[in-house]
Amino acid sequence: MKLKQLTAVTLAATVALGGGVVSADLTFPSLSYRTGPYAPNGIPFADGYADYFTLLNERDGGIGGEKINFIECETGYNTEKGVECYESTKGQGSLVYQPLSTGITYQLIPKVTADNIPMHSMGYGRTSAANGRVFSHIFNFPGTYWDAASIIVKYILDEEGGDISGKSLALVYHNSAYGKEPIRTLQELSKKHGYNLTLLAVDHPGQEQKSQWLQIRRERPDYVLMWGWGVMNQVAIQEAANIRYPMDHFIGVWWSASENDVIPAGEGANGYKAINFHGVGSDYPLYNDLKKYVVDAGKAAGDGNYLGTVLYNRGIYAAVLASEAARTAQEIHGVSDITPAQMRDGMEALKVDQARMAELGLPNFGPDINVTCASHGGPGEAAIQQWDAASKSWTRITGFSGADREVVDALIAEDSAAYATENKITARDC
Amino acid sequence: MSPAVLNTIEVFLNGLMAGVMYSLVALGFVLIFKSSGIFNYAQGVMALFAALTLVGFQTGQIPFAHLINVVFGTDYHHWGEGMNTVLAIILTMLIMILLAWIVEKLVLRYLVNQEPIILFMATIGLAFFLEGLGDLMWGANIKVLNVGLPSGGSFWWEDVTRTWASEGSDYYGMYIDVLDVWAAGIAVVLVVALTAFSQFTKTGRALRAVADDHQAALTVGISLRTIWVVVWSIAGFVALVAGIMWGAKSGVQFSLSLIALKALPVLILGGFTSIPGAIVGGLIIGVGEKLFEYSVGPMIGGATENWFAYVLALFFLMFRPQGLFGERIIERV
Repeated sequence: MKLKQLTAVTLAATVALGGGVVSADLTFPSLSYRTGPYAPNGIPFADGYADYFTLLNERDGGIGGEKINFIECETGYNTEKGVECYESTKGQGSLVYQPLSTGITYQLIPKVTADNIPMHSMGYGRTSAANGRVFSHIFNFPGTYWDAASIIVKYILDEEGGDISGKSLALVYHNSAYGKEPIRTLQELSKKHGYNLTLLAVDHPGQEQKSQWLQIRRERPDYVLMWGWGVMNQVAIQEAANIRYPMDHFIGVWWSASENDVIPAGEGANGYKAINFHGVGSDYPLYNDLKKYVVDAGKAAGDGNYLGTVLYNRGIYAAVLASEAARTAQEIHGVSDITPAQMRDGMEALKVDQARMAELGLPNFGPDINVTCASHGGPGEAAIQQWDAASKSWTRITGFSGADREVVDALIAEDSAAYATENKITARDC
Repeated sequence: MSPAVLNTIEVFLNGLMAGVMYSLVALGFVLIFKSSGIFNYAQGVMALFAALTLVGFQTGQIPFAHLINVVFGTDYHHWGEGMNTVLAIILTMLIMILLAWIVEKLVLRYLVNQEPIILFMATIGLAFFLEGLGDLMWGANIKVLNVGLPSGGSFWWEDVTRTWASEGSDYYGMYIDVLDVWAAGIAVVLVVALTAFSQFTKTGRALRAVADDHQAALTVGISLRTIWVVVWSIAGFVALVAGIMWGAKSGVQFSLSLIALKALPVLILGGFTSIPGAIVGGLIIGVGEKLFEYSVGPMIGGATENWFAYVLALFFLMFRPQGLFGERIIERV
């Protein structure tokens, strides 16, 4: 008898706590990392991602009349925990995963494809997933690491009057799959433009980089590029300042582009540049609504201190694109309570132009997004930003520009074809 | 001299400086292992916790502010402009002594006479606890640590060494980070102070007695518990120094706890029970890994330093398992 009662109570509690919220709402999971060595980067992104969905609930009543059910799962930037988070949340009707880790992304690629759930690895993960013919459920718009490498080289070309033959570029990179991503692209581009490339690997976690920066001091490359993460970024920028390397010739990828990376070096970081695919600062109309409906209402995910920082803005942008994809899916299928499979269709048909960004309160915040069945990488556009140590702020110093498609698309086609062969995937005809 | 020779000297000197930084971390391990036979897995986290606490006091942060705000719906973050560095260091040291007392009270006293592996496991638990406590008290964001020490390349040294180059060569002087020089000076003072403490004070002699033989020390009336609190307090102080020097380079953040990884090969090489061993081991590892990276690294893809340090330690382990300065292992059958 007691067992029966216990079972009934447990069932009732399960329905009340879990089952009830699953049926009606649009579920957006957040695989965040608020603990561990990368928490300083994970927290602002997670706050931005959560706050935008809270804003939609509070201001608009959700998306298309459907409330948003936002669930957060802590990964600690650990791949195994990330996969556990996926397994424990996918049954709740999760519409799209933003795993925020290249390691987790790689593990989830076959899983989400089999489960018919889309995944958005925004500016990270497997670059060749931009080929939608092979990677039907993976999206990495608005740009990939290979786009980033190419856009940085194009920027250097512009700075040098269109000719960089004989110039020297050094890449300081995290000695991991992530850090090695741009090497092939930079090598291909060096054949095209005639520059010399020096590769300088930094072992995890990157607290000791004396050898690499002594070599840079000896060889004095014209430009230094960085593919860093976590403490490696802060140490690299500090070491560059110590050897008095000209900071305006030091350019980082978008994961080496936050306030966290430059503030510890103080004045020495002044002039450091980085590539980014979204706006900087909080001077956008959307922030008025965020303050009114979320922060001042006491509903913010954090304490509101990160508003306008690079990684908070990135979280906002990821949520904006996810919610716009949900809206697109609702329009395509004529239903408001969409399924993950319908969400995938929405992501594949996503179009966000500047007029729409202005309507959303984020004018000129990101490039025009145009996802197609064949291209899940979006426009492959980004801009260069520069750090001003005195005002402790980033300023975007170029407009959004595209990569060298001739070089990058060939690499994407080659790598995705190899993946398709290895995994016996027949490319979609689109 | 040719620029090539000068470059090699530069790498050697910077290796020495890096070695000193490794030694600062290794010292804390040695102190605890020497007196209690515990390999303190939490030493790196103690450096992080000490540095977090120091910055918290310096900047006037309210401990557990986030927790307080969530529970009581308040919006407190700072209690004022903070305090001057010396006072903040003193208060941090008091916190580290309190931590040592708590560790003895809640962990170590229940583990007297347990196997070393049990004590080691307890320190793993302590490391996880301190990681969480540090985050909860001071937040997970990266903090700027400034205790007024100068940093950056030395102009004076560049000018001096430029004149050493052969006539007509395009040599621009040798690089040395002023912060590293300070770290070397502080390490020397630390070792001298620790040696003087253990040689010339009553507590220091008691500490050595415990290190030599726990049972014998107990029979002459030395309190093992008091000695453990003293030793963990000193290790806390060393952790604070290491946290300051490393935190000044990268900001104070969770990754600071990973500096322990750099200390392990130093300990294997220098011996777990020798303070001079920690210093000499650090210098050998520092110089060895930098020279190897400079000479061989470019031929095999670079990033050899971590690998080289552990291979070198392994090599020593084969011939001197107790390390260069460790106590000779004699087992009678």
